[in-house]
Amino acid sequence: MYLRAENLGCQRAGREIFAGLNFAVGGGEALLVTGRNGAGKSSLLRLIAGLVRQSAGRLELEGGETDTPIGEQAHYLGHLDAVKPSLTVAENLRFWIEFLGGGRPAAAALEAVGLAPLADLPAVYLSAGQKRRLSIARLVAVARPLWLLDEPTSALDAASQRRLAELMRTHLAGGGLIVAATHGAIGLERARELKLGPP
Amino acid sequence: MSAVTALLERDMRVAIRAGGGALMGALFFLIVVTMVPFAIGPDLRLLARIGPAILWLGALLASLLALDRLFATDYDDGSLDLLMTGNMPLELTVTIKAIAHWLTTGLPLVVVAPVLGLLLNIELRAMGAVALTLLAGTPALTFVGLIGAALSVALRRGGLLLAVLVLPLTVPVLIFGVSAANAAIVDGAPFGPAFTILCALSLFAVVLGPIAAAAALRYGLE
Repeated sequence: MYLRAENLGCQRAGREIFAGLNFAVGGGEALLVTGRNGAGKSSLLRLIAGLVRQSAGRLELEGGETDTPIGEQAHYLGHLDAVKPSLTVAENLRFWIEFLGGGRPAAAALEAVGLAPLADLPAVYLSAGQKRRLSIARLVAVARPLWLLDEPTSALDAASQRRLAELMRTHLAGGGLIVAATHGAIGLERARELKLGPP
Repeated sequence: MSAVTALLERDMRVAIRAGGGALMGALFFLIVVTMVPFAIGPDLRLLARIGPAILWLGALLASLLALDRLFATDYDDGSLDLLMTGNMPLELTVTIKAIAHWLTTGLPLVVVAPVLGLLLNIELRAMGAVALTLLAGTPALTFVGLIGAALSVALRRGGLLLAVLVLPLTVPVLIFGVSAANAAIVDGAPFGPAFTILCALSLFAVVLGPIAAAAALRYGLE
């Protein structure tokens, strides 16, 4: 499976965010998108997820389902955690599993991110890092080949960062793809880098 | 199919639990209609004559009250992005959200309306018909409001703009809702035609609302 971008361009509100972007990520590979603030890292991830329209170029997921938009074959982990404070941890996760097309049971995914003891707690009591982990549990529970991660390690403590790195390695080992926007290391040894913005 | 029930269940749960605001509309309806007899005075004949109009206006304002939460909370916590990357067509997603919204905010209005009819000196026999017009007409309010909610989702304080956008579009619903309700009270006036048009308006809104709202969301989230 290959995610390939040719001459990709993006404009938001008439302003050019980036243009002429070329990259290719294969199955089992991770691409780290780096660059200064405002270079368009988040915009690129949202563009791949289909949440921002591309203004130029081609983007395709070779070997994926051709009739399905890339966004529906990808997990988008943005800055916001999509957690409803009035629902419990398990209810939040169960909803996303059902809505995104089903997969592993919620309990196993909560175990994987270390939230199993809190399953019945309303999500309003979670800390920022715990909400992040609940959001990550969705990626584990529903199998989708492409992970789009925007600053995935923000708010996570050292142990959780190691656990996330482990989950990412498992995903890559299973032939998955990762495109991550980041400022620092996220614990993946062999990852290629795409630098946005002027050098 | 399970994605449909999951979304319906989740939206209703969020609305009913603390801070969801499901019953705020019904409470607001109650307060507004209760104030009217105090403002008009104890003229029972006048109250009975304007009763249906008061009930309909109250229901219209009350259904506006919670409308801005339809997409705004999902937008604020990032859920809307994920709802758009689901396998479900966006039109279906917004339809289900609107149904959940109607069940938690529109239906309670229909249920409390007969009680409020007592305050406005509307006969019990006619009250059933007035509630029926609300049952037929409130889906139109929700689904027209859906378009406004989708258009104003990305704006701070979008609630005010929402009211300005949506209220003019609800004028036909108000006209035929009130005239059908009046027909039930005044003997001899035909109930059928106005009620049928009211049903037609609701059906129009249920079909067109989700298509327009999905287009507005796609365009607006850039």
